[in-house]
Amino acid sequence: MSIPETAYELAAVVREQGVRAVDATRQCLDRIVALDGELHCFLHVCGEYAIARATEIDRAVDAGHDPGRLTGVPIAIKDNICTTSSPTTCGSKMLAGFVSGYDAHVVECLEREGAIVLGKTNLDEFSMGSSAENSAFGPTCNPWDTSRVPGGSSGGSAAAVAARMVYAALGSDTGGSIRQPAAYCGVVGVKPSYGRVSRRGLVSYGSSLDQVGPITRNVRDAALFLQVIAGNDDRDATCDRRAVPDYINNLTCEVSSLRIGVCQELLGDGLDSQVREAVRHATSQFVDAGATMVSVTLPHAKYATACYYLIATAEASSNLARFTGVHYGNRSANSETIEELHENARGELLGNEVKRRILLGTYALSSGYYDQYYRKAAKVRTLITQDFEKAFENADVVITPVAPTTAFPIGDKVNDPLAMYLSDVYTISANLAGVCAASIPCGFDTSGLPIGLQLTAPAYCEQSLLAIAQTYESHTDHHLQTPPLIGTS
Amino acid sequence: MVGARKPEAVGGVGDSVRTVVGLEIHVQLGTLTKLFCGCEVRTDAPPNSCVCEVCLGHPGSLPMLNREALELSIRAGLALNCEIAPVTRWDRKSYFYPDLPKSYQISQFDHPVAENGFFEFEVGGETKRVRIRRAHLEEDAGKNVHDTPGCTLVDLNRAGTPLLEIVTEPDIETPEAAYAFCTELQRLMVHLGISEASMQKGQMRFEPNVNVVITRDGVEYKTPISEVKNINSFRFVRDAIAFETSRQTDAWEADNGYVLGEKPNENRGWNSDRGVSDFQRSKEGAEDYRYFPDPDLLPIEIPSNVVARFRDDLPELPVAMRKRFLVEYGLSASDAETIVSCRATAALFERVVSLGAAADVCGKQFVNVWASLANARDVTIGELGVSAERIAELVTITVGGMINKSAVSKIAEAMVDGDASPTALAETMGLLQVRDTGATEAWVDKALSQNEEAVGEAISVSKKAKAATGFLRGQIMKLSEGKADPKMVGEVLEGKLRELRGE
Repeated sequence: MSIPETAYELAAVVREQGVRAVDATRQCLDRIVALDGELHCFLHVCGEYAIARATEIDRAVDAGHDPGRLTGVPIAIKDNICTTSSPTTCGSKMLAGFVSGYDAHVVECLEREGAIVLGKTNLDEFSMGSSAENSAFGPTCNPWDTSRVPGGSSGGSAAAVAARMVYAALGSDTGGSIRQPAAYCGVVGVKPSYGRVSRRGLVSYGSSLDQVGPITRNVRDAALFLQVIAGNDDRDATCDRRAVPDYINNLTCEVSSLRIGVCQELLGDGLDSQVREAVRHATSQFVDAGATMVSVTLPHAKYATACYYLIATAEASSNLARFTGVHYGNRSANSETIEELHENARGELLGNEVKRRILLGTYALSSGYYDQYYRKAAKVRTLITQDFEKAFENADVVITPVAPTTAFPIGDKVNDPLAMYLSDVYTISANLAGVCAASIPCGFDTSGLPIGLQLTAPAYCEQSLLAIAQTYESHTDHHLQTPPLIGTS
Repeated sequence: MVGARKPEAVGGVGDSVRTVVGLEIHVQLGTLTKLFCGCEVRTDAPPNSCVCEVCLGHPGSLPMLNREALELSIRAGLALNCEIAPVTRWDRKSYFYPDLPKSYQISQFDHPVAENGFFEFEVGGETKRVRIRRAHLEEDAGKNVHDTPGCTLVDLNRAGTPLLEIVTEPDIETPEAAYAFCTELQRLMVHLGISEASMQKGQMRFEPNVNVVITRDGVEYKTPISEVKNINSFRFVRDAIAFETSRQTDAWEADNGYVLGEKPNENRGWNSDRGVSDFQRSKEGAEDYRYFPDPDLLPIEIPSNVVARFRDDLPELPVAMRKRFLVEYGLSASDAETIVSCRATAALFERVVSLGAAADVCGKQFVNVWASLANARDVTIGELGVSAERIAELVTITVGGMINKSAVSKIAEAMVDGDASPTALAETMGLLQVRDTGATEAWVDKALSQNEEAVGEAISVSKKAKAATGFLRGQIMKLSEGKADPKMVGEVLEGKLRELRGE
């Protein structure tokens, strides 16, 4: 029996002893060996641990047990999510070699359902970036064109899924860090509503914006993984207590009653014409299937980037203050005083983008500037949230591009932080408003690079978000395309 | 007292020096576990043994509020007559220090759990009122340990321990008032079970903010404010304020430019060995803590019905209870203070009295007999295992003259060791006083016949008569081996002496 292509099918056949978890795991590890020298998706591969886990799972299946909904599914974890099986570096020299003493809630959930962690994926240092180039351990390449970025910050996770090294990977999304790389790599990425998934064990960047979510090969697998990781956790005060609906068995929607919101002001300047055309085409496909198109307006969306870079950096400046070299992680040699120890560790071990954001955030919170920056940004955030609430009075989902362009060449924007920041212009609002959003493949540009479609739904409406995404996916085959490089492996 | 300034040190009619003191007090709340994680709060554990990823500030760890700490702080706020915030919030206070693993402290900045209260206490027989500005919850830091040469070690057992920071308005005017305030506040915290409030364990720490207002030729001069950090003794609070009064007045006398606004406020440390405060740092260009709402914790709504319930549950507070014990039970001030200092003891006392025991004798026995038995065993009187009924019976047989004072302690001790009633114990231990007139007369007669000289003096009209009578009374008690009822002995003896005088 050949090994299935999706997590949903793989778990089913491993549970029925049709395929061994060990074989599926080996196949993925082999692909990592074959491709990761070129792509650099992984910062750490725990092959032995994975094979041992797979063997254990096969044994459990043989003994008549059901290891769970993700039985034998090889996965990867973004390296800002704590694991005891591998180091958690956050792509930073500061935490090179650091092994967490506990597993993140989401990792516990996945392993409890029989998933097999193969390793930790590359990212922009502490998730700060949109290209995975800000990793202290070198960039990841886009499997569709290795001269291009995979997007970021969860670039390693998206590229690993696109290159079929794993069936799924966890990413984290603070301003688009799951959706934008998913779009650049032609895979599905879901940013859950704020509070839907526990943040325990996710190394905080912008605590009020961060969410963990799945990056998968199709919508059904995204539903499956979200099902497993969503829900209350008594160790995260911001985690919501409401019950998790059955996503997997409710993936159909009544298209004739579906209202698709289109926001004209987001389809203007700065948007690549091929991306605009792909999004327009996707909208017309919905309409052709029977959905109603409605016009919505998000008047404060134009302030989202500015608002985000105050709130996220303010929180980051505080969240990253703990990395001093005193208690864990790395420190610089030759420090005489405690001040030198702090300064040298932070000065030498943090990257430029991280320092830039810490400085921005520190400034925004400083006495005399707080009202002008942080407080004002918090007010704008409320307006953006209200924009979405109004939009969702008339629309079930809002359709936008994920990013203004397809994947850009490595090195193109490293010296222009503002241009880099604008690659998140469509994704940031969802984090500020706490709503859920997904990126699904909706076509390719003339260079053969994937284009992503963003669907945004009200907070805690993941079920309808996934059902609408599934409806679109069932009419298209973009998600079935694989990067040319896979064929040569 | 150290360095108190005498009023005559300042010359001129109408000239004066007035001390102004506000206090910041940190009270360690008596929860079993820390404020934001499940680690035990212990002061006696090996270094870094009561820690987890949350209080170590490890990457990805998140705080979860200990509800009990919030409840205790609401109760404390109510006892301090504060308004309880309908919504309270958590803020991060940022600074870098090795004992602060997250490099920020979770505290409360602009929405403290309690504000705008007052606290009354007695000083020199007068009731004083100090306004309470606010009381907020925060986590304690760890400890830097410097006892290894060449390196500083950090112990994070204390990190995350819940603290209530109480801030008063600058309403305190003398070192003695500060002393009385701190003492009474400590009693309140213990009384309400909010904190063990042990000074030795550092569970209560005081930071007086002191300056002086000097009036000279009708003009007022205010000196810069000194904050004396981290004092863990009532006496040191008093001494530090007295010293600061003196130091600041001298500083102003030496340089009239030493005034608030012109010269910076400063932090000082109290050196109890030398009886002086030492300069620590100037507050010029005050540190910017960059407070902002902690995004890891949600604001907490405190519904008014919960506040009402806590208010109803609030017990009688020590000051009121002491006053009532004076009036209602006729206790001495010191006996009332001793009994009220422990709420369980006070409750037991009231129960014993409600059973019909005479309050004054009961009070004496609590202070002189039961308290020492309890102290010797390191428990409260209630924990001695003696029921209120048996305690009441002991009072009753004492008042009834069945036993004498020295017998009370012996019987009480036996009551702790067994279940027998005090009456039965008095009997079996042979401590019952004999109230038989015949037996008493026999002892009196025997004593009189054995001490003719004393009898002669007793019946004379000399100065020695009183002493001789006392001597005879002692001899009679001795003959009875303490069993005679002293009152009856007195009556019989008086009768016999009257007969001998031929009256």
